[in-house]
Amino acid sequence: MSKFKKKGGGELPPISTASLPDIVFMLLFFFMVATVLRKNDLKVDNILPPANQTEKLDKTKTVYIYVGKPKAEFKGGRGTEANIQIGDKFVDITELKGAIFEEINKLRDELRSSVVVALKVDKGANTGIVNDVKKELREANLPKIIYITTQSESLK
Amino acid sequence: MAKRSAPEINAGSMADIAFLLLIFFLVTTTIDKDKGLIRQLPPPLDENAPPPPKIKDKNLFIVLVNRNNDLLVEGDRMELKNLKQAAIDFLDNGGAPNGGETKYCDYCKGERSVRSSDNPDKAIISLTSDRLTDYDMYVAVQNELGAAYNALRNREAERLFGWKYTEKNAGLSLMSAGPQKERVQEQLKQVRTLFPFILTEAEAKQN
Repeated sequence: MSKFKKKGGGELPPISTASLPDIVFMLLFFFMVATVLRKNDLKVDNILPPANQTEKLDKTKTVYIYVGKPKAEFKGGRGTEANIQIGDKFVDITELKGAIFEEINKLRDELRSSVVVALKVDKGANTGIVNDVKKELREANLPKIIYITTQSESLK
Repeated sequence: MAKRSAPEINAGSMADIAFLLLIFFLVTTTIDKDKGLIRQLPPPLDENAPPPPKIKDKNLFIVLVNRNNDLLVEGDRMELKNLKQAAIDFLDNGGAPNGGETKYCDYCKGERSVRSSDNPDKAIISLTSDRLTDYDMYVAVQNELGAAYNALRNREAERLFGWKYTEKNAGLSLMSAGPQKERVQEQLKQVRTLFPFILTEAEAKQN
């Protein structure tokens, strides 16, 4: 009689899970895009200095050199002064050229001639070690370098 | 209260919502790209190379940074915040007289002092740092010197083409290849030749 006749019993119908894959894929895509894969485990402190006249770096033809004080767990063998890290190992200044060419050989063939060396140097390091690195790079004929910095609009 | 069964939720639009969110995140997320100051090192030393030509003192802008991170510019102590303007004044001076042996700089807006640089393409900035200078000070100095060049290049690009050099340069990688991109590259190069980036880094003295 009543217009608002109850249909069926009281059980809830199951919630459709058809959209679950969509959500999962969405999250997957999001993390795929936003995640930066880090190939190298950093063994040195690496807080970058700020700058505001920066340019973007094309990552495909880049090799990285990290400079900074060794992290606590490596202090024993490497001292407390700034060290150089290429790939995932510590490198002495005398071995730098060999190590850097080893990294360059991992790049694609056509990119090797236009390689850019990215210097990720801790802001607490001294310029002395950076100058040593630059001298080696100059001798190795790798003139294009970039000092990686953080972007900050207002500087002191 | 009467018991009522919940109507089945229509899941058809769920995918749309998911895509909407996906697109939203795609648009708003910036991929963390490394940024920095691009510099060029000089070619390797050649023993047989002819000795470098003599550079007049007035065409050299000497910047020294000592181990206490103090700045010495052209023999005077200077605060970091004044370095950019000092470098601009030096580069933009255009001291060479009209019709002299060095090209006259017709786009320079500086003081045209005879004691400062003749022409932007003769002006050389020399940066020397102590071994114990902090790296963040060194980068800050490099940044200020770069800022001086960028300010002058922006000025010239705006005068010639009506856009900012730094903005076009940054947007270049987003442009698709074609005649338009080549034209912009050509124009950027033209601006660069007006104020070529000449920075020498002398070996730090050992003492």
